[in-house]
Amino acid sequence: MDFTVITDNFTYFMIGRYPQGAFGGVALTLYLALVSCVLALVGGVVLGVASYLPFRPLRWLVRGYTHVMRGVPLLMVIFWMYFLLPLAFKQPVPENWTVIAALTLFTSAYMAHIVRAGIESVPIGQREAALASGLQPWQVMTYVVLPQALRNMIPSFVNELVAVTKDTSLAFIVGVSELTHIATQVNNRELTHPAEIFLFVAAVYFVICFSLTQLSRWLERRLSWGAKIL
Amino acid sequence: MLNYQFDWRVVASGAYAEWLWQGLLLTLQLAALSCVLGFVLGLVVAIVRMSPVAPLRWLAQAYLEFIRNTPLLIQIFFWYFGAYEVLPQTVNDWLNQWPFEFVAAVIALTVYTSAFIAEDIRSGIRAVPREQMEAARSQGMGYLAAMRFVILPQAVRITVPPLIGQFLNATKNSSLAMTIGVAELTFQARQIESVAFKGLEAFTVATLIYLLVSLTITAVVSTYEQHYLRPGGVR
Repeated sequence: MDFTVITDNFTYFMIGRYPQGAFGGVALTLYLALVSCVLALVGGVVLGVASYLPFRPLRWLVRGYTHVMRGVPLLMVIFWMYFLLPLAFKQPVPENWTVIAALTLFTSAYMAHIVRAGIESVPIGQREAALASGLQPWQVMTYVVLPQALRNMIPSFVNELVAVTKDTSLAFIVGVSELTHIATQVNNRELTHPAEIFLFVAAVYFVICFSLTQLSRWLERRLSWGAKIL
Repeated sequence: MLNYQFDWRVVASGAYAEWLWQGLLLTLQLAALSCVLGFVLGLVVAIVRMSPVAPLRWLAQAYLEFIRNTPLLIQIFFWYFGAYEVLPQTVNDWLNQWPFEFVAAVIALTVYTSAFIAEDIRSGIRAVPREQMEAARSQGMGYLAAMRFVILPQAVRITVPPLIGQFLNATKNSSLAMTIGVAELTFQARQIESVAFKGLEAFTVATLIYLLVSLTITAVVSTYEQHYLRPGGVR
């Protein structure tokens, strides 16, 4: 084992060619994960709330969408975006946005389930009380149910962030220079230390994801006792 | 909106349809192999994870955390590019009997799946109320007999649906094997795209096949749950 290949390329692993070129590496991995996860949260709330609207075709549409997204590999969705986005916009689309679009569409379906579970976790009495005090159904959702539901789903949201961080590694397939892509690049250049390179990269992902997992467990304990941290 | 000429005949029959079919077979092989092997490995890890010896428990816990908190793609690359550096020569020789990219994909998928299966097994056992164990012991059964005749039969029933779900996950995860050149379904769709420029058709068919697999598995799980699991407990 000879880890000089890591120390020699350390900044390349962390930030890519920045500041000479575009930023990449761990920085890009985190950026892709965060942006997609936040967009997917918005998508998940829209889908989750839509599945409660009293309009049957819309509910079927939402169910169909989540079933399809949860039934196919993420790699498929990435390829779809890779082919469809340029056709739809009639011009080349930057690879970063291809990946963010794919991750957002894919993760929204999982987020929708989390949002639904969050909404279910709010006691029915809350809804009844709100209706009884004269709020409109949409007000009940926006002012009473959703704020509590979102608070309950914070740990699951952090878990989803872990999943998305791992999923960003697939961006390598369309040539986005995040951590996995840089690892394969360095590996192709050096050819002599694949085990060291991939163990190191695994360790980097592990540090990010394990910290988030622990954060999610801590939040779950704090929130489940009804403690007010937010 | 889309300026694209679809030509479904290309993928409906002939060589490209054959490619997709071969790809599906390889996808199912990968998923089945890694699920069966992953179950064996996962069972071992789950047992070690619950053993009374603390260092063993920590070891199993560390394994689970490491596997679950690193991307599958990196694990595939590690086994494909890097494992020969770390493994003993005899193991390398033995593994080289088969096409290496397939072996690497199976190992990576097996290890990855085993971590999730181990957690499923553990939560299955924990889902059986502890009073069951106490009641069995008070009837005069030993620990092993109580496990064998009371706890495990119930735990297995609870664990079956998530285990079938793991097969679906393995099917989806096996798509990553294309990155090291295993000619499974996604790989074949990509091939058709680059050879015949019929990417949209090929990926539509591949997507529909994945959906068919997932719908079948969802149907199996819900049938099982209706027959063997009732709300409010195990029949």
